[in-house]
Amino acid sequence: MKIAVCVKQVPEATGHPRIDPSSKRLDRSGEGALNQYDVNAVEEALRIKEANGDAGEVVLVSLGPERALDALRKGLAMGADRAVLVSDTAAAGSDLVATSYVLAKALERESADLILFGQQSSDSDGAVLWAAVADRLRLPVISQAAQLTVAGGKARVKRQTEFGYDVVEAGLPALIGVSDAINEPRYPSLKGIMGAKKKPQEIVSLADLGADAAHAGEAGSRTEVLALTPPPARGDSQKIEDDGSGAEKILAFLVERKLV
Amino acid sequence: MRILVFLEHSGSELQKNNLGVLAKAASLGADVAGVVIGQGVSGLVEQAGRFGATTVYVADDAALASPLPQPRVDVLARLAGEQSFDAILFASSVLSADIASGLAARLDAGLNWGLVDLAIDGGRLVGTQPALGDSVYVQVGWKGGPALGLVRSGSFEPKETGGSAQAVAVQVTLEEFSSRVTLVEQLRETSEGPSIEEADIIVAGGRGLGQAENFGLLESLAKELGGAVGATRAVVDAGWYPYSTQVGQTGKSVAPKLYVAAGISGAIQHKVGMQSSGTIVAINKDANAPIFEFCDFGIVGDLTTVVPKLTELVKARKAG
Ligand SMILES: Cc1cc2nc3c(=O)[nH]c(=O)nc-3n(C[C@H](O)[C@H](O)[C@H](O)COP(=O)(O)OP(=O)(O)OC[C@H]3O[C@@H](n4cnc5c(N)ncnc54)[C@H](O)[C@@H]3O)c2cc1C
Ligand SMILES: Nc1ncnc2c1ncn2[C@@H]1O[C@H](COP(=O)(O)O)[C@@H](O)[C@H]1O
Repeated sequence: MKIAVCVKQVPEATGHPRIDPSSKRLDRSGEGALNQYDVNAVEEALRIKEANGDAGEVVLVSLGPERALDALRKGLAMGADRAVLVSDTAAAGSDLVATSYVLAKALERESADLILFGQQSSDSDGAVLWAAVADRLRLPVISQAAQLTVAGGKARVKRQTEFGYDVVEAGLPALIGVSDAINEPRYPSLKGIMGAKKKPQEIVSLADLGADAAHAGEAGSRTEVLALTPPPARGDSQKIEDDGSGAEKILAFLVERKLV
Repeated sequence: MRILVFLEHSGSELQKNNLGVLAKAASLGADVAGVVIGQGVSGLVEQAGRFGATTVYVADDAALASPLPQPRVDVLARLAGEQSFDAILFASSVLSADIASGLAARLDAGLNWGLVDLAIDGGRLVGTQPALGDSVYVQVGWKGGPALGLVRSGSFEPKETGGSAQAVAVQVTLEEFSSRVTLVEQLRETSEGPSIEEADIIVAGGRGLGQAENFGLLESLAKELGGAVGATRAVVDAGWYPYSTQVGQTGKSVAPKLYVAAGISGAIQHKVGMQSSGTIVAINKDANAPIFEFCDFGIVGDLTTVVPKLTELVKARKAG
């Protein structure tokens, strides 16, 4: 079985990500990391492959700047077999429709049996991309998978909605977006980290994919950022490092607010 | 401006957040239509009319019985092709997000999500989208149409106008690939005991508890404080605590006097369910956790030491 996992490089959380006021795009100049939610998708792909007697392959597919390869390498270190990164200046600034177009082109070339997505990009909190990609590929899609079983050419998913849990099923090929509770991801081993560098890592352009640049990047985007404004002011907030007296401090605060 | 609002239902009721979007669309001075999609949904037209829709499109078909997104994309794409709407709005939900995203690709239309406000500026729709952990508010627009938008839970209050809507039947033709997902079963637990929505104090825990057994630490604290215990989706999905205690977008919306968040990162989908709490106290060992951006009092520390100690202190004070 061939499994493709869509993964994204996002700014490191500790780097206090910001939007560049002049370009109105996310400032990607700081340290990047593999989107933590995508680590669950990679883990799930590896488990499915392992359960299938290690047959088939797990391929990471991503759209991003060339340096996003650093983030993809973490997925390779975990055990993914190879990575395909679409990187093209004409694809920069892609919104949802443009991103879904480019990724669909890259995924078409792979024809995987199963395509996995993480729960959300931590830099955009969209939690939407899979459905757009599925529509372009004309394949079934299931999101928010808390449990996934792949057997007999079918994917069976337990997922939470606003009303409780549903169990849904789709024949393969299918796209599945996983919840961050689906598994406990493994840490890459030292051997995995060393081996990752040697695994196939391909950088492709829009032309390589036969993709039309008019549908990618800003040209293909249908949304725009008009202005940035500060968030509404909020009340005082205190953050204190626990030095052993954290509990006392909470109690004092609760007493002051007459909550105990 | 013509705005279509997708109306999601559970049983014979429209979801509150959808009615809020209807009210907001009406307040923009737009011509507001709703659309209901499912099986046996005609009865919902009356409620939509009472809350501000003047027309309600109805797609009623056995093939639409299960709450799955792709057949709904087919219905909406056809409707958008026959009628012309300047905007199609959705109240954020698991189902709506997938419909809106699929529809964006189908129509090659822009989708903005997480909207907390909408306005018309120079004849164009403009949305307000908090970004990067709500640290910046982005004014977003759409190039071309229709403008697709997902509205964050709880952003707009429903408003009863007492109006009535005209029902218009919509033809249903589905793509082959849209019908390849099947609903096998719906697991609905009947929750016993008082709902956490009624509690004045909630002590909630997340994955930072490390293991299901550690919920005992929160139960002890909740008992001393006279409160109830809540949970994040991460731990509910993992089977550590029941769904009926989940706070957030797909769980309950709560507004207790005091909300203690222990081992909770403060993801946006959790925040929308508890940000109206009177006072928020957070205990998290990661100083960069988003929860510290919107709590009133935060301790950067290990909950397994701080929580039991706090429980003892509250107990001693009561005895005291
Ligand atoms: C459509 C959709 C709907 C969703 N609906 C909901 C919803 O209704 N409710 C909800 O909660 N989530 C919901 N989510 C999931 C949400 O995005 C987050 O994944 C989830 O809230 C994270 O839960 P958590 O805070 O328990 O886990 P994590 O994000 O893993 O956070 C755990 C935290 O614990 C801290 N920690 C670890 N060990 C300790 C320790 N010993 N002491 C103190 N702190 C510690 C860590 O620093 C970390 O910040 C939804 C997501 C989507 C896409
Ligand atoms: N640029 C990208 N390249 C590859 N996959 C992506 C990209 N952006 C988002 N994804 C995938 O889509 C999921 C949901 O992203 P989003 O809808 O942006 O929150 C992520 O968890 C990834 O699996």
